[in-house]
Amino acid sequence: MATSTFEPKNRLVRWVDQQLPIFSLLHGSLGPGYPAPKNLNYFWNFGSLAGLCLVVQLVTGIVLAMHYQPSTAEAFGSTEHIMRDVNYGWLMRYVHANGGSMFFIVVFIHIFRGLYYGSYKAPREMLWMLGVVILLLMMATAFMGYVLPWGQMSFWGATVITNLFSAIPLVGEDIVTLLWGGFAVDNPTLNRFFSLHYLLPFVIVGVVILHVWALHIPGSNNPLGIDVKSPQDTVPFHPYYTAKDLFGIGVFILIFAFFVFYAPNMLGHPDNYIPANPLVTPPHIVPEWYFLPFYAILRAFVTDIGPITAKLQGVIAMFASILVLFILPWLDGSKVRAATFRPVYRFLFVILVVDCFVLGWVGANTPDRVLIDLGDSTFDMLHLGQIGTAWYFLHFLVLVPVISRREKTKPLPESIANPVIRPDAHAVPAE
Amino acid sequence: MASSDHTMDEQDGATRRDFLYVASAGMGAVAVGAAVWPLVQQMNPSADVLALSTTEVDISSIQVGQSVTVLWRGKPVFIRRRTGKEIEEARQVDVSALRDPQTDAERVQTPEWLIMVGVCTHLGCVPLGQAGDFDGWFCPCHGSHYDTSGRIRKGPAPKNLLVPQYVFKTDTKILIG
Repeated sequence: MATSTFEPKNRLVRWVDQQLPIFSLLHGSLGPGYPAPKNLNYFWNFGSLAGLCLVVQLVTGIVLAMHYQPSTAEAFGSTEHIMRDVNYGWLMRYVHANGGSMFFIVVFIHIFRGLYYGSYKAPREMLWMLGVVILLLMMATAFMGYVLPWGQMSFWGATVITNLFSAIPLVGEDIVTLLWGGFAVDNPTLNRFFSLHYLLPFVIVGVVILHVWALHIPGSNNPLGIDVKSPQDTVPFHPYYTAKDLFGIGVFILIFAFFVFYAPNMLGHPDNYIPANPLVTPPHIVPEWYFLPFYAILRAFVTDIGPITAKLQGVIAMFASILVLFILPWLDGSKVRAATFRPVYRFLFVILVVDCFVLGWVGANTPDRVLIDLGDSTFDMLHLGQIGTAWYFLHFLVLVPVISRREKTKPLPESIANPVIRPDAHAVPAE
Repeated sequence: MASSDHTMDEQDGATRRDFLYVASAGMGAVAVGAAVWPLVQQMNPSADVLALSTTEVDISSIQVGQSVTVLWRGKPVFIRRRTGKEIEEARQVDVSALRDPQTDAERVQTPEWLIMVGVCTHLGCVPLGQAGDFDGWFCPCHGSHYDTSGRIRKGPAPKNLLVPQYVFKTDTKILIG
């Protein structure tokens, strides 16, 4: 993108910038030197919100690590020590625990924004794939973070999830022993999870820098999904979007603060306030809410097919549900980005959102919960999860590739500055 | 001859420099492998974890029809002194119809004492004792039913509950592991 030249007036700033052009970099990436499409709506706030979440998690996490003890004997106690004895420890822990949930809400909206407006399509495939890498790193980080308080859900969640790797043929059991550093989830496991939970956020920071770098090559997509054609289509990022992002941050912090101060345990599970006990399994193990759709996909497979056990099928499907996003830019053959101009895709998008909520609901319930009693047979949560899983993969692997190549799209506006489609649109002078 | 270092060998087109590239790249790969191996192996169970891999249990106080759970390698081990009815039930099962076929005799050293790892073979939960459709164990996580010999009878688990290595040191002492 063309950037306006940066000429600092202050002599000290000019001297620094000549030797290390850090002010030029800021000017061109977040300042007046970054021309952004002028029609961005509030869904474009969620990138900066995700950045804020990452910073909040890093700051509170580093502080919590100053008081936390990563050993099975002390982990639970030190977490309660943080809650009761450490000055403002309760605040740090509640911000960190709820901050994880907020981070996932923001990132899920950010991803579905991209799915709706075609932000994954050319020329932004690399930007999209880096985003999927960030999602995978976030999931690994969140999973290991949830283990650290060493409550019952921590322990049994870790046991169930690490046991998934035992589904891998031949080397599965050896891999699980390697992950555990023992013969069960125990002290070595907790120790390494703490080490990695501290490391991975900084890896995320690195990939976020690549993500933002890749964003600045083509510039932001926009709600019309059409390319920027002239300077009239853009406004400088600062002050227009810095102000809009700050307003969004204000609204977001209000919601965040509601959870931290009024419902700090609403998104958690009460069983995690029971110390981990390797001899007693809680009757109903559930992951954190943001993993529920994936948990439903994992459990949707119950029939062995030859050597491919049901367990292995579930594990493959769960990972595939995210990995499919890597190839989405090529599965979708439509030249039009925004769903606004793709009536069939837009309909499919809505169903996909509903499908993800349904899978989340299934993941939160036991598979054998009866939904409809048909007398001689029943329609259970399991069956709903199987339909939801089938639809999820049908959407990405069949419907999107086929419909994107056949769908009759609506006419696109001439430009962002001149978005109204009229027969004489080309004759109307630009604003 | 001095210039032959860089000229093609008439026979196979390889030069001394090609050889050096391949040899140094090969040595480099070996060196990287040697450096990575300890970094991966440190994650496997350490010597003290392996040293704790046996547990001795005094079973003299366990009455008929009673179970105790002991911790071995961080996992629960069920020790059950079975009743005559349970032993009879376990023996009458048609082995060929089982998912993981094993006779009761293959799973015990003396019929009265059933000793097995109390970890469901599905995803690692601890089953509940004397529950389920077969009077054995029932896993609350995903609904696997085990019989009075700890064999999988119904539900998603693929295998019978694992029988660990153990020896009767005396009539009232066993060593697990």
